Amino acid sequence: MLESLAQLFESWGVSKALDQLQYLFDPGTLPFAIWETLYAPLLATVFAYVIGLPLGILLVTGEAGGIRPLPKALMQVLNTIINLLRSIPFLILMVMVFPLSRLILGTAIGTTATIVPLTVAAAPYVARLVEGSLRETDRGVIEAAQAMGCSPWQIVTKVMLPECKPSLINGATNAAITILSYGAMSGAIGGGGLGSMALMRGHTRNQVLVLYAAVILLVLLVQIIQSIGTALCIKTDKRIDHTNTKKRRKQS
Amino acid sequence: MSQPMIEVRDLSKRFGEGDGAVHALEHIDLTVDQGDIYGIIGLSGAGKSTLVRCINLLERPTEGTVLVDGRDLTRMPDKALRQARKSIGMIFQHFNLLMQRNCLDNITFPLELTGTPRKQAVARARELLKIVDLESKEKAYPAQLSGGQKQRIAIARTLATNPKVLLCDEATSALDPKTTRDILRLIRDINRTLGITVVVITHDMKVIEEICTKVTILNHGRIAESGLVEEVFTNPKTEAGRRLVYPDGVPFELLPKSRVIRVAFNGGTAYQPLIASLAIDCNVKVNILGADTRNIDGKAFGTMLLGLPENDAEAARAMAYLAGQKDITVEEATDYHA
Repeated sequence: MLESLAQLFESWGVSKALDQLQYLFDPGTLPFAIWETLYAPLLATVFAYVIGLPLGILLVTGEAGGIRPLPKALMQVLNTIINLLRSIPFLILMVMVFPLSRLILGTAIGTTATIVPLTVAAAPYVARLVEGSLRETDRGVIEAAQAMGCSPWQIVTKVMLPECKPSLINGATNAAITILSYGAMSGAIGGGGLGSMALMRGHTRNQVLVLYAAVILLVLLVQIIQSIGTALCIKTDKRIDHTNTKKRRKQS
Repeated sequence: MSQPMIEVRDLSKRFGEGDGAVHALEHIDLTVDQGDIYGIIGLSGAGKSTLVRCINLLERPTEGTVLVDGRDLTRMPDKALRQARKSIGMIFQHFNLLMQRNCLDNITFPLELTGTPRKQAVARARELLKIVDLESKEKAYPAQLSGGQKQRIAIARTLATNPKVLLCDEATSALDPKTTRDILRLIRDINRTLGITVVVITHDMKVIEEICTKVTILNHGRIAESGLVEEVFTNPKTEAGRRLVYPDGVPFELLPKSRVIRVAFNGGTAYQPLIASLAIDCNVKVNILGADTRNIDGKAFGTMLLGLPENDAEAARAMAYLAGQKDITVEEATDYHA
């Protein structure tokens, strides 16, 4: 079975097709690669939100005219740090945070070690995403909440975050996908997964079939994450009148 | 005697500083008695919305004091102010409901803030849904409601904490005339049954006529005139007042050359057909040259310019008939010229 498939690929000019197919169809290869591709970026996304969500909230509430203005100097420092971190290319940032990874995890090499640079790179991005979402909160609704005697903390937890939930979910989907693609670069520092598979085998060892298989799987993963995110976003958004959309679908 | 519920003393609000500062409000003095429905009217940019926001301190006045129920809000620390706001309800032009919460949860929202147990809050919310006549919409989301329904939910939400004052900021300006009347009627009912003091901000005279007892005309950040609605609207003393009451002006120059009298209605019943009676009872046909009369609580107010017939006898009959009517004064329109 594999042999005849290999012959077909060889006839198209792919060299050493059998080796590559045997590698790809080994039960240990792809499931493990997919697992490695997902777990570091997804954990990093969670950590990035632990840091980025409060920062994003501060960016909106702390500005002049926000619900709890903070000193202008503090806001400037915060903004500068976020912009600075966002402007460093990920590949370079990854190398720069080696000492931090060693401090936290004891190692700077391997899939787990990539969680640290991924988090550092993603947190400021998440902060900006959250900032963008929260800015969409209707000023009038915040005003109504203030008129009802809401404290700034209650406005954040009971008005801004719940009212922006669909937009926040959308942002989280974007963050997860971006971090996933960053993670693919981590093959360069010994991280595993589909990205490193494409780099190490596909590119370096010129294994075209492995390269394409890895890329196709990455595309599929992104599609799945995006579909889940979009579905969740629509489902949670009560501004959309679902009874009507169903009716409309039936009619058409 | 009724107690003052809201007292605004020498209030000014400036936006910005120095030469570029905008004087939104200047030296405003206002007293709203307990149980009143008080109207504040003005053209856009007059400072009405800023004024109503100064009453619950959503806008902090630059100068002056605001007393609600005898307590000075301008001197309160933040926490006490938030507490005080719970007894000052507010509804808005664009309703400002929480779009991700259903109607019931919108109404329980202010109760959550005070830490009311969920069961109790839900019971109270159902009670309020009944008051605003939307019991069937408990589980609906604001996006599924019409404008009038949204405003009803907003009213229910604001009543949840038993406020003493209800501030309405252009609350009917986004609604059609029929819905506007329904909402105004609801506000009046609430005022009567719950004794809540109401402040109505609007640019629409009809809203004031429909429910207010007293009115203040605001013009360029200052009070132009204030008083009982019927007095201010029948006889506006200031230029700003006249502009509001007669938006199109009284076009004297367009009237034809003939005997002209001015008939003023001073609050007699609005249901008596004066001109028709004149024609039938005296057999005199008068020409209505201009009229601006209003029906306030079933009483007629305003003035009418009548052109009398050329025939002296007929004209005299008409004059005599009109002079004999109650709550009407007749005078020759001497300031009328061709």
